[in-house]
Amino acid sequence: MLNYFSSDYFFSHILSYSIWVPVLAGIAVLFTSNDNKPDTTRWVALIGGLAAFLVTIPLYTHFNFADGGFQFQEGFNWIPAFHINYHLGADGIAIPLIMLTSFTTVIVIISAWQVIEKRVAQYMASFLIMSGLMIGVFSALDAILYYVFWEAMLIPMFLVIGIWGGPNRVYATIKFFLYTLLGSLLMLVAFIYLYMNTNSFEIVDFYNYQMPLNVQILIFLAFFAAFAVKIPMWPVHTWLPDAHVEAPTGGSVVLAAIALKLGGYSFLRFAMPIAPDAAHYLSGFMITLSLIAIVYIALVALVQKDMKKLIAYSSISHMGFVTLGFFIFNNLGLEGAIVQMVSHGFISAAMFLCVGVLYDRVHSREIKSYGGVANTMPTFAAFAVLFAMANSGLPGTSGFVGEFMVILGAIQENFWYAFLASFTLIFGAAYTLWMVKRVFYGEIANAKVAALKDLCQREFLILAILAVMVLALGIYPQPLTDMTNATVTQLLSHLMQSKLPVGLPSGL
Amino acid sequence: MTMQQIYLAIPLLPLLAAIIVGLFCKQLPRAAAHVLTILGVGASFALSVYVLNDAMTSAPYNATVYSWLKSGNFTFEIGFLIDRLSAMMMVVVTFVSLMVHIYTIGYMHEDKGYARFFSYISLFTFSMLMLVMSNNFMQLFFGWEAVGLVSYLLIGFWYTRPTAIYANLKAFLVNRVGDFGFLLGIGLVLFHFGSLDYAAVFSVAPQMADVQINLIGNVQWSLMTVTCILLFIGAMGKSAQVPLHVWLPDSMEGPTPISALIHAATMVTAGIFMVARMSPLFELSSTALSFVMIIGSITALFMGFLGIIQNDIKRIVAYSTLSQLGYMTVALGASAYSVAIFHLMTHAFFKALLFLGAGSVIMGMHHDQDIRNMGNLKKYMPVTWITSLIGSLALIGTPFFSGFYSKDSIIEAAKASTITGSGFAYFAVLAGVFVTAFYSFRLYFLVFHGAEKWRVVKHDAHHDDEHDAHKDHDHHHGLAPTDDPHEPGWVIKLPLILLAIPSLAIGYFAIEPMLYGSFFKGIIFVDSAAHPAMHELTHEWHEVMHNAAGMALHSLMSLPLLLAASGVAVAWFFYMKRPDIPAAIQIKFSTINKILENKYGFDGFNERVFAAGSVFIGNKLWQIGDVKIIDGAMVNGTANLIGKLSGVVRKLQTGLIYHYAFAMIIGVFLMLTFFNKV
Repeated sequence: MLNYFSSDYFFSHILSYSIWVPVLAGIAVLFTSNDNKPDTTRWVALIGGLAAFLVTIPLYTHFNFADGGFQFQEGFNWIPAFHINYHLGADGIAIPLIMLTSFTTVIVIISAWQVIEKRVAQYMASFLIMSGLMIGVFSALDAILYYVFWEAMLIPMFLVIGIWGGPNRVYATIKFFLYTLLGSLLMLVAFIYLYMNTNSFEIVDFYNYQMPLNVQILIFLAFFAAFAVKIPMWPVHTWLPDAHVEAPTGGSVVLAAIALKLGGYSFLRFAMPIAPDAAHYLSGFMITLSLIAIVYIALVALVQKDMKKLIAYSSISHMGFVTLGFFIFNNLGLEGAIVQMVSHGFISAAMFLCVGVLYDRVHSREIKSYGGVANTMPTFAAFAVLFAMANSGLPGTSGFVGEFMVILGAIQENFWYAFLASFTLIFGAAYTLWMVKRVFYGEIANAKVAALKDLCQREFLILAILAVMVLALGIYPQPLTDMTNATVTQLLSHLMQSKLPVGLPSGL
Repeated sequence: MTMQQIYLAIPLLPLLAAIIVGLFCKQLPRAAAHVLTILGVGASFALSVYVLNDAMTSAPYNATVYSWLKSGNFTFEIGFLIDRLSAMMMVVVTFVSLMVHIYTIGYMHEDKGYARFFSYISLFTFSMLMLVMSNNFMQLFFGWEAVGLVSYLLIGFWYTRPTAIYANLKAFLVNRVGDFGFLLGIGLVLFHFGSLDYAAVFSVAPQMADVQINLIGNVQWSLMTVTCILLFIGAMGKSAQVPLHVWLPDSMEGPTPISALIHAATMVTAGIFMVARMSPLFELSSTALSFVMIIGSITALFMGFLGIIQNDIKRIVAYSTLSQLGYMTVALGASAYSVAIFHLMTHAFFKALLFLGAGSVIMGMHHDQDIRNMGNLKKYMPVTWITSLIGSLALIGTPFFSGFYSKDSIIEAAKASTITGSGFAYFAVLAGVFVTAFYSFRLYFLVFHGAEKWRVVKHDAHHDDEHDAHKDHDHHHGLAPTDDPHEPGWVIKLPLILLAIPSLAIGYFAIEPMLYGSFFKGIIFVDSAAHPAMHELTHEWHEVMHNAAGMALHSLMSLPLLLAASGVAVAWFFYMKRPDIPAAIQIKFSTINKILENKYGFDGFNERVFAAGSVFIGNKLWQIGDVKIIDGAMVNGTANLIGKLSGVVRKLQTGLIYHYAFAMIIGVFLMLTFFNKV
């Protein structure tokens, strides 16, 4: 009989634990459902979240930095009739994102402590379950397993926005759902096509399957439909500002910090290695879209009147660096993109939490409802300026590292890619610091601002943790790139090998 | 302590003090703020002096502190390069910083942000030290942006004032425009040289002199020219060269001690330092040097003009700083890097002195900054008077004063330079001498001599330095007509005196080793064949001048001294003897006056074209691109289309039996027709 609690069993099933501990914790939280005694629920959720975070730590401590392949693999035949396996594994790209997910969940649980008073259990449970499902996305090595996690995580997100969201939440959730669903279905078609040809849903089998260029392009575009929406890339980005505006703070945090990265991660896991020739063939197209996102969206962010919309647009602009980094096909670009994803996880979470701090007090997200907040909330203002600087890519904060690497990578491909991308230095600072100026500086604008109370201990705690992460990653990013280095090198060498069938014409 | 530990301690001590004071200012007593930070920066200064002394005899130290990031074949590191250039910069930075720390005790003693201010200036000292001590481009950029951050925080120190928070945003964004070029320059360096380490880059630089790159179509560009101009664009932002100078005058919204430290002595000279550090690269492109020289001469002359018409004491000194930075840039363009650094050093002392003197005057005048309300302060503030006079004499280039040696060398270098634009540069720096003398002594006479004008004028307190910080002290709006100004205490006077000494004397002692000796040997590289200016200066020094005293005596009959003297004379005549003349000139030449008052229209242009333009485009992209086209036509349009289609389909389902029967019969006929054919 297996001892599920022995350390041997644990270390050979870390990924399963990472997925199912938060899911089970979420279910446990549901059983404490009683809005009259919300504190019990909160503590159960927090303990569950912390446990879920702790079980992901061995992914770092037991990681083999020299190995670029999948580690911590485990699995069994799930549905043998269709060759579907419960197969998990993670490489240097997935693990930082898995840890980011479990980390962010803890932050979200603490951030919701006194803020959510209705249906506390359901709220906490949604995030815990969603956390497990997203880790599932990052660690699935079977396409159907991946697909199940991918779609399943939409449900709690849908509920979070739909139940605890703002007045226009129905429009936002439906838009979000349809946008993502449409893309996902095309991805499923691609999976089925690949299954028909390889007789397997194993991702690694997909990697080794050779296809002519026109097929690769179709496969790539099917994946593109799913992932470009998720990241999101211009022009399929308009669901994101709406979703953010309506989502409660926790929803925005998870959406920005993790959900967007599902798209970025999936480009690296599926679209690019399965159809590398198409990825090269379409790189000009992808880079163009990325650069449009960086410049166009930054200008749009500049004129936003709603703080959450502004940060949402800022996220899209920053994600432009991620896709730009992917499609310039060099180490600096790819690793820069991954660093950017992790860094954006911290910074966007912090920015949305900052808006949440203000929203909880004043119940407005409009920039013009504020002014001179630094007078009444000096500690909060100090945090906000730090995160704003990180969002503007100041060296010494994590926001700099990814952008710096991607720009240096891009210039090796084409000077003008770097030139356009570098506009973020100006526009990124402009929209972020202009908002800071209007919200935090100046004389106290109105009675509501005058009555503001500075951060409570709980808010201080989460912002301080995020500040430490933002600075740590900015001052010493090497531990992160050490983790990604071998995987990225291996991925790049895979991407450089043509997968066109030998002996067939390569043209369309 | 090993040398490595000393190098580490020099930037980290101020950082540690900044962190402690910044995080625990509420828990600590008020005095802890200045005690801790002064201890930090004082120790840092002492160690820097030790390091400079050590660097005079030992070889440069170049080593990595830690590896910041590895990616593919590239390694980015944090490391120190300690040679005489960086050691000298460290001494200047920590010395001026120490003076400013002491001065701040007096200047900010009533401010509620006392601890915050000390924390910021110590953080600044750390950042600036990291910048000058760097051994690679990336850390340089780190320090570069970090000093920009502290500058942003300090310009907006009084964050309730609309002008201050406008100025700090403007400063940050204009600097970012420069950084845009700088970062691309760094990118090209990494791409083509394969490293960001100074030593590695400089050693392969000569082989890159003839490399051409394609930027637009098939037009060939010299790699070195493109790279150097991009790097210099960064310097233009930080060192406030036209047209990226617009932020510096507005930065005077910050408290006066930081105007002295950041916006005169240290941060704004980072661009000059950077170009001098990159001399092995800039020497490979005469085109880039010409560009540098022309930008510098425009700044030197035209920013000087603006100093003439200002009435705010700090703004006059700010325009003077712009003009002097232009002089340094001209020296860089003439390949006289050592002269630029020499002027950087002397300027750091006398301009910090002038700013701190101005701050003392502002305090004496109870935060009235308008020089038209001052006069005869020599009677009430003797220390401020004498030290400011020393600063002004140094600035205009009086023989034997420190500014004379550095400025005259720049003029000589511009004269000797042969690259494109050197003729204009020579004219600009020469004309600038007159302008500098004129505005400096206009300020000097109006403030320290003449009638006691505050006794009669009614104040409109536009630029009072601490207006909002002291809302409850309304008497801070300038000096009452019956009051006498008082000289502030020793914490103000001591830094003035300590800065006056090098302003007076350092040029005399430093010129020979720095310019003609071996001080910068192996650090600054000049291609004497292509850019002979420095070579000629050296020749002249050995043949004609012989020593510093000889240079001063030799200058007595020279054009620059004549120009400076006439500038002083005209200022005396206009503002002491016949105050009606300047007013008449203003009316007579009202067009020129208007152009100068609009500061050549840079601000208006930037606001209307760049700021308003970006907002306009942003609005259009949002309203038309996102809302109308993507959401309106595509996303919601798809939804509407599906809605309409389903409306059509719904009409078919009428629920009437005879409609269905009819459709069935038609269907049967169609099918029969179709299948019979096959």
